[in-house]
Parts: sequence; C-alpha cells; structure tokens
Amino acid sequence: MTILDTAERHRNIDSPNPLDWISPAPAAEEAVGAPAKVRAKPILIQPGLVLAYIILAVALLWAVAPGLFTSYDPVQGLPGQQLKAPSALHFLGTDALGRDLYTRLVYGALHSLSGAVAAVAIGLLVGTALGVIAGSVGGWIDEVIMRLVDVLLSIPVLLLSLSIIILLGFGTVNAAIAVGFTSIASFARLVRSEVVSVRRSEYVEAAFGSGGTFFKVLWRHVLPNSLTSVIAFTALQVGSAILQLSTLGFLGYGAPPPTPEWGLLIAEGRNYIATAWWLTAAPGVVVVLVVLAVNRVSQAIGRAQQ
Amino acid sequence: MARYIFSRVGQALLVLWAAFTISFVLLQAMPGDAVLIKFQNPEYGLNAVQIAEIRAAYDADGSVVLQYVHTIGNFLTGDFGYSLQAGVAVSAQLAANLPSTIRLAGLAFAAAALLAVIIAVLSNLPGLGRLRSFIQSLPSLFVSIPTFWLGIMLIQIFSFRLRLVPVINPGEWEGLILPVLTIALPVSAPMAQILLRNIDEVLTRPFVSVARAKGASHTFVLWRHVAKNALLPVLTVAGVLFGELLAGAVITETVFGLNGIGSLAEQAVNFQDVAVLQAIVVISAAAFVTINLAVDLLYPVLDPRLKAKLGGVA
Amino acid sequence: MTVSLGGRLEGSVLPSPVLDISGLRISYLDQNGPRTAVHGIDFSVFPGEVVALVGESGSGKSSTAQAIIGLLPENGRLESGNIRLNRLEIAGWSQKRLDGIRGSVISLVPQDPGNSLNPVRTIGKQVAEILVIHGKASGAAADARAIELLERVGLNQPALRAKQYPHELSGGMKQRVLIAIAIALKPSLIIADEPTSALDVTVQKHILDLIDELRREFGTAVLLVTHDLGVAADRADRLIVLKQGRIQEQGPTTNILTNPQSAYTHRLLADAPSLNVRQRRVAAVAKAEHGKAGDDIIVVEGLVQDFGRGGKDKGLRALDNVSFRVRRGTTHALVGESGSGKTTTIRSVAAFQKPTAGKVIVDGLDLSAPPRETLRLLRKKIQLVYQNPFGSLDPRQTIAGIVEEPLLNFEPIARAKRAEIVASTIEKVGLPLDVLQRRPHALSGGQRQRVAIARALVLNPQILILDEAVSALDVTVQAQILSLLDTLQRDLGLTYLFVSHDLAVVRQISDTVSVLNGGKIVESGVVEDVFEHPQSAYTRELIDAIPGKKHPLHASRSTLTNSGNI
Repeated sequence: MTILDTAERHRNIDSPNPLDWISPAPAAEEAVGAPAKVRAKPILIQPGLVLAYIILAVALLWAVAPGLFTSYDPVQGLPGQQLKAPSALHFLGTDALGRDLYTRLVYGALHSLSGAVAAVAIGLLVGTALGVIAGSVGGWIDEVIMRLVDVLLSIPVLLLSLSIIILLGFGTVNAAIAVGFTSIASFARLVRSEVVSVRRSEYVEAAFGSGGTFFKVLWRHVLPNSLTSVIAFTALQVGSAILQLSTLGFLGYGAPPPTPEWGLLIAEGRNYIATAWWLTAAPGVVVVLVVLAVNRVSQAIGRAQQ
Repeated sequence: MARYIFSRVGQALLVLWAAFTISFVLLQAMPGDAVLIKFQNPEYGLNAVQIAEIRAAYDADGSVVLQYVHTIGNFLTGDFGYSLQAGVAVSAQLAANLPSTIRLAGLAFAAAALLAVIIAVLSNLPGLGRLRSFIQSLPSLFVSIPTFWLGIMLIQIFSFRLRLVPVINPGEWEGLILPVLTIALPVSAPMAQILLRNIDEVLTRPFVSVARAKGASHTFVLWRHVAKNALLPVLTVAGVLFGELLAGAVITETVFGLNGIGSLAEQAVNFQDVAVLQAIVVISAAAFVTINLAVDLLYPVLDPRLKAKLGGVA
Repeated sequence: MTVSLGGRLEGSVLPSPVLDISGLRISYLDQNGPRTAVHGIDFSVFPGEVVALVGESGSGKSSTAQAIIGLLPENGRLESGNIRLNRLEIAGWSQKRLDGIRGSVISLVPQDPGNSLNPVRTIGKQVAEILVIHGKASGAAADARAIELLERVGLNQPALRAKQYPHELSGGMKQRVLIAIAIALKPSLIIADEPTSALDVTVQKHILDLIDELRREFGTAVLLVTHDLGVAADRADRLIVLKQGRIQEQGPTTNILTNPQSAYTHRLLADAPSLNVRQRRVAAVAKAEHGKAGDDIIVVEGLVQDFGRGGKDKGLRALDNVSFRVRRGTTHALVGESGSGKTTTIRSVAAFQKPTAGKVIVDGLDLSAPPRETLRLLRKKIQLVYQNPFGSLDPRQTIAGIVEEPLLNFEPIARAKRAEIVASTIEKVGLPLDVLQRRPHALSGGQRQRVAIARALVLNPQILILDEAVSALDVTVQAQILSLLDTLQRDLGLTYLFVSHDLAVVRQISDTVSVLNGGKIVESGVVEDVFEHPQSAYTRELIDAIPGKKHPLHASRSTLTNSGNI
C-alpha cells in the first residue's frame, strides 16, 4: 500500500482502475507531489521565474497596447517592401504582402492570448462546476458525471476539437470554444478528486461535527481548499490552449486571413520557407517562449501552494 | 478476478458506446447536414427531389432516432457510410490509410519511449552538475513547442539547410525519419516528466534508505528498487499518450504531406465530411478504450499489491 | 535482561567502543538557509551494549542515527565531528566506501515497517539481497539462507513468507523481516530508529524482545533511538538524553532514572506516563456526585456496525454487540489496538454514522433514528477532538475563525459577543490572545491541539470525545494537555470519552475503561480494577506489554494532575 498512501491526496486509491490513481494533469501532481527537496531545481534551463514573468508581461502589453510597440499597420502592407530580410527598419523582416512581421506578431498577441483565456475560462467554469457537483454530492450524480468525463477523455483532444469545429464552423470564437470544450473533462476530474480528498479531511468532519450544514461546510472549507490546486492547473491549461489554438490556426480553422494570429502566421510563412525562413521561425519562437513562460509560472504557483 | 475482467470489459464497452453517441450527436444530429451543404450548391443544378434522393442514399433522411439506430448497426458491421468528398466507402478509405498511420505512430512511440528513458537515465547519472538540470528541463521545452512548427523547422534545418534528409521523393523509410521525430519529441515529454517525478518520489521512500543501509550502491538501488516502482505508473497514462500520438499524426501528416488517418481527418474537416470524421473519432475512442483496458488488465499482473486487492474482491 | 555495564567496567581492560562519536554537528539546509540540528555531541557504544538515544521531536536523535550510517536526507550535512566505527574513522567517507560497511558492520532497523520494504519485490529477495550485495551468497544459496533468517526472527512458514510481497504481511511481521535483514551479516552495531513506534503495544513488546534476544546471541551492540522513555528504560543499559541537538545527560539507565541530574530529564521522567504507573488522579466525579450527577450521560447498548457495499458483499463487522455506560462528569476510556473498533465506536456515538443495530443514547437523545433537529441538538452537546491537529484544523482559516465557526451554525449571536466568547475560550485553553489572528501552520503541535480543544468547547458541550487526542504529542506537551483536560473537566463538569492505544495514559486519566479487541468489548470496569485484576487474557497481555515496568518509580515525584481542589 505504500505507493498509494503517500500520494493518497491525489489518487483515488479506492478505485480498481489504476488510471484513477494518477491525476491526469502534470500540474496537479506537481502541485502536491513529494515535498520540495533541495534537489528539485527549477525545470527551466536558466531563465527562471523572473524571465517568465517578463515574457508574460511583454506578451500581455502587446495584446493590450500594441501601438506602443510598433508604428506599422498589421494588415496593410507597404508597397515595394515585400519579403524583406530582417533589418533595422523591419526588425523581423516583412512578408509577401510587405507587412512588417514584428508588427503582426505584436498585434497577434491579442488574438492568441484572448482566445486561450476564453478557452480556458470555458473549461474552468464548466469543468469546475461539474467537478464540484460530482465530488460534493456524490452518489449516482457523481457516477454519471464522471462516466461522462471518461467518455470525453476517451476521444483524443485534437479530434474532439475538430469535431466541434466541423459542427460550429471555422473562426476565432469557434476555435476557442472547441479548445475550451476539450479541457472540461480534465478540469472536472481534477476538481472532483480535490473535493473528494478535502471532504475526507478531519477539519471537514469537525465542521459537520460542530453543527455545520452541507452548504456552509462546502462554502467555508471544501471550496477554498479544493480550488487552490486548480489555479496552477488553470495556468498550465492556458499554455496548452495557446498551443492548441495555434495548431487550429495553422490548419486554417481559426481566425481567417489577414488576422495576424500566431498559428496562421506560421502557416503563411511556410510558403516562403526556402527564401524567407524567418517568417516561419519567428512566430514559432514567440509561441514557444510564451508557452514556456506560462508553464513556468504555473509550476511556480504549484510549488508555492505546497 | 474473472469478475474484475468482466466489469472492466463492460465499462469499456459502455464508454465506447457513449463516445459513439456523443460523436453522433455532435456530428450528425445537428441541423444543416453536410449533404445539404454540398448538393444545394447551384453548381450541381439539382432540384429538391434529386437532393432528397441523394439524402436517402446517404442515409441522411428519416428521424434522428432512426438514423442513430441505423448508424450504430452499420458501425457494428464495419460499415462506416460513404465519404461525401471522395464518394467511396469510409471503410475503404480507412483500410487504405490506417497502415501508414499505425506505422508512423508506432515508430514515433518507440522513439518517444526511448527518448524518455534516455532523459530519465541521464538525469540520474551522478556527477553531471549543470548538464543535469539542462537534461531535466528538456521535457518542459518539448511540451512547449507547437508540433506543426517543429515539423517545418526540422524540414528547414535537416532538408533544406543541411541536406541530410531529402523531402522530395525520399525513400520509404528515409521519409519517415523527420515525421517520426516530429511526433516523438512532444510525446516523449510527458513520459519523461512522469518518469523523472516518480524516480524523485520513489527515492524519498523509506525502503530506499533500507536498501542503502544494506550496503547497496545508488546505481543498484536505482535499477533494482526504483526502476519498477517508477515505471509502473507510466502505464496508466498510456491512453493519454495515445491521444497525443494521434494528434501528432494528424499534424505531421499534414505538414509532411503524408497519407494516413491524420490527413484524412484534416481533409474531412476542410470538406465537412462528417461520416469520415465520425468514423475516425469512433475508431480512436475504440483504440483508447482498448489501450486502457489492456493497461487495467495488465496492471494487476505487474503490481502484486493490486493482484491481492482484486483477489480479495473476487 | 542484559550484560550489565557495571560488570564490564569491573574488568581490568575496558574494551574499545564499537562506536565512538565526538563533536558531531549536523545541519540542514532549508529555505531559510542552514539550520543546525545537532550541536556537537559525544558518546560511545561498547560491544554488546544497548544505548538509547532519547528525546522529543527536534532533539536530533534521528539525525544522529542517520548521520552514523551515512544516510542523512539530501539537504542534511555532517558539518564536523568524528564517527569511529571499531576505531575506524568513517565520518568523511564517500557513499561508495560506506556501501562496504553498511549492512555488514553497521545495520539499520527502520522506523516505519509499512513503508520500508519495496512493495513490488518478494520478501525473500529483499532478505537475500543483502547477502548478494556483500558477496556472501548468491542464487539459490542466498534464497535458502534468507528463509533460515526469516525462521530465525520468528516468522511462521518462512518458505511461504519468502515468496510473499510486503503487503501480505502485518506490520509486526514486516518489522521482523527488517530485523532479519539487519542481523543477516552479524554486524557489530545495529541502529534501531524508533523500531516500534508504528506498532501496537503487544507487537512492540515482541519485537523488542526479539531484538534483545538476537543481540545477545550475536553480541551485537544496539543504538536504540526512541521517544518513549518507558521503552528506553526497559531495554537500554545506558541512556543519552537529547534536547534540541544537545546532550542533556548520559549515563547508566538506573542512575538516570533514580537520580536525574538535569532539570529537563527530571521533567521528562515526571511526564512519562509509563514510568508513573502508581500515580493516580482523584476521580473527577467526586465533586459532581454531590450535585445532580450520577446519571449515565452516554449509554451504548448492543451496538453493531457493519461496513461493506451491502447487497451480496459480505460486509466487515467492525463492532459486535458493544455496550458501555458513562456517568456524567467522569472520564471513560476506550482502549484497544489498531483495528479494535474504538474509532468506529466513537464515530457512532458522535453520530457520524448510523449504527447497523443497537442503541446509542446521549444525554437522553436516542441516536438510533435521529431526526435532523435531534442531530443538530446533539452537536451542541458532544464535540470531538482529533488525534492530529494538523489535519483537523483548516489550514486556510485563522485561529479566531476556527474557534468562532461552531457559533455561526446555531442561533445568531452578535459579532462582538462572538468575539468575546472566542477570546474567553482561547484563554480557557491556556493560549495567549495573540494567536487569534494566526493560522494553524504558525503554531506548534501542542498549541494546535489547544485550538482544537477550544473549538470543541466553544459551544459549551457536555461531552468531549478525545480521539487519541494526545497520542501525536511529545511527552512533555502531552502532560500539559492532559493537565489542561483535567482542569477543564473539573471546572466545567465535562464528561470525556477518551480513546487511546496508550494504556499508561488511560490509567492516569480515566475513571472507567472498556477494553476493545476485534470489535468486541473484552473487559470493562473501574480503571483500578481492570489494571490491578484484569479478568481477560487479552487485557493481561496488553497491560504486560506496557513498557517501563522494569524501573517502576514511586509516586513521590511531582504529580501531573492537580487534584488538590476537592
């Protein structure tokens, strides 16, 4: 039993299904894994948390006030400036229509980040609600919700989002809904396992023992204590949503051209890969940096909660 | 034990049935079906009667319930309907495309597993210093790279710049090198992360101290005591890894212009070819459920504690 | 029981020590930088001798043991000092070099048998492994020797055990396996780090007897690390008393027990229940009897509790026909080992679960079929204090919030009035008012338990259920909490239902007792009667197993219960 006992907080060891023993999200386990040891160095190579925060701050500023970072127009190309290599004038060169790539990246932040946030919000709200209901009410409601979650988890994430796209059609909002829908199941599962473990704790029993009603105890103890680990998981999901949205954008299911969405930029740049490789490389690097930064912050939140 | 197997198989079938239903609801029961979208196009010059006939041929008429029953019956007999876009049986398309995707995904899985183990072993070698934290940081880098971009960059670097791997008319296996790598890197990341975390966690358990107190060396303890305890839980995410593999295949086949289930799915979305996408969704769900079932049935064989638990129940 | 130290000293030549420690300093690196845990200690262990390192949590006893065998946690560091093993200086040795002597010259019996065996390897392989590592045997020969060793440590069916996995063995059996590993190569020193603190008292006795017997047979010296003075007093030739990384006192066991030199040792001895068996409190009910008391506030009759999924599954019968009565204003103890059903019993009394059959009547309220309102009424009468104050206090609430919470569940009380009640309750349990704004993690274990008691008291209940409420605490803190409970009982006329595995504590503080075994009450009655003239064999075994009998102390020492207020 040892392996199970140490990690009981996160694994439903009563279940005969070994899958239930392990929480589905790396962040969740990170958040409550073995006690922090000196050996556990930051997983990032060097940059550390500060760099991650700086990257996120810049990305957010790009989204909020793109005008501060560039004076070019993201959509209107400059005549005679097509496919210029990076220079002092055009920091990251220009694309086939003479648009400044750096400017398009700056303006693209709004599309990519807001899409990711909207997607995660859907997963967070619906998933958390389902998880809280399943975990706190229990009984057959719990059974039904969790079987539904199992079913959603059985369909690979990308196929599930493609199914929703085929249903709703292409576009930024639909892509965000599709991505958000795919994260409902993992949110629900995490939240339920947290709620169940908090419900088993002695302070919850003590709260009932001092006359607390179901809703009072739920509000005072179960929710605050079970939702903390959701924060780190939410951050992690933002990173994954950015990736998924850029994938959908790349496949052409997201924002239509000439929207400067990051995934779409990579797709557009790809046609000129042999001559203007930076058109593909630069947006990819931006995506990688932002996702790394988000994941790093998520990890830090998880650690802090221990 | 028999009861355990029976209940696991039952649950698996239930999940599969529900997955089919969800995909049916999402894809077929909604208004504005694909047949209408395609054939209402004035280019075809069809009148309402002709459209109705076509709808009947595609089994798109009748009540939703009837369609549902019909479709489920067809799926059970291996009839997945007809592709609107290609006009051939979906089952034929699947048969033509499955082998290449299975080969791609299989190789990628092997490569990913190898990579994950290499990362885990390397980061537990003594005396690595800074290199060790670099190796440990690789998985989080790998999960942060968009797969499609990785594929493009690999082509750019290895084919165009270094000219190591041809992209135009490559040999059968040569052409798989970059796609396999493209899928393997992101799939290796969660495996490596779980392995690293488990190894760290197992190393803190009292039985490791006891083994050290017997005089066992660090390396001996890692292989004899830690390895199995750390590897077992990786099995439990096999299903999730399968999903990642499949997603990787969709993207990689698109990027590299390979034939397979992935590119089939991508085209299905482009042309709103619902029957094809539903078949792929249901088949993937079936594969996922089968993998998890296999893990569930295998786990008690590998983990003595679970065997006892089940033995007690049965 | 042992070769006496005195005998050895009379010999003309003093043998060289197996272990000689001098100036040992250990520090740990945590978020706040390095923190010294052991401040330069010196001691020796001679061949064939049992030396006990005794101390409360944070005394550095386990760190010392880990440092000797070279297995400090990763953030621990041996700062300075000498560790001489058979005159060989091993303090600076690399792990690789230490591997050669670990297991063969020095071995370990760990604290927690439940987690100390690899769950996915067979018992036999794990025993044989030590022979293989040191090249003493291999293959079938090692397996055969492993079975011999298992037999030697008293496991029945050793050949079968060798093929089993750890989860198929009980805690005591696992500890025997670990002892078999420790003695396999006849080392000159065994470090036994709290070898029995995770085990039931009867199992503890058998395990300690086994270590004693083997050590005599092989002439091995034992360094016994323990928090339990009773165990140390019974088993050790010499005691080393540690407090916060410094040695307070060391010397022959009898000397220290009869004539402690340091104030700390004095206090430790006075507070250890197992060493003060003759000390008895004056019954709390004596006062109450003059008043209205005398009635039974808790009546449990024929209580049966089954667990299981119902239906075809044959559930587990956790309680079988349990009956007892508790008089108002007295302390009734439920004692038993793990799995005896004592926790199940109190959960039924506190109405956290419905009895399968039988009656529970608390202050006239029948809990067999309680309507919701009865249940809420009951909550005001009966409160529970848990074993582990880490788990029973919500880490996110302030102390004020925790203590106030029960008040919010009943008739509304004005905010100012609530604050007043909370403050007076906090004072009642002997805490300063400045804890109110802190959170549980900022408090010590004893303070947390006081908070838990305050929360239980804030509704003015008549009954407190104390579920192993002092078991997780250090002995000096335990004594303070017990004394607090005694005062509260006398001041407030409380009735206690006291659940414990520790018979010495039970004997000290309760009026009546029920002994539970396997879900049944095997004996019940007034504490003196049960302890002096136990009727059932099981009770006798339990009482025999209480450590600390070898050196009974006289009740002349300052008593812990302030019984002077009659």
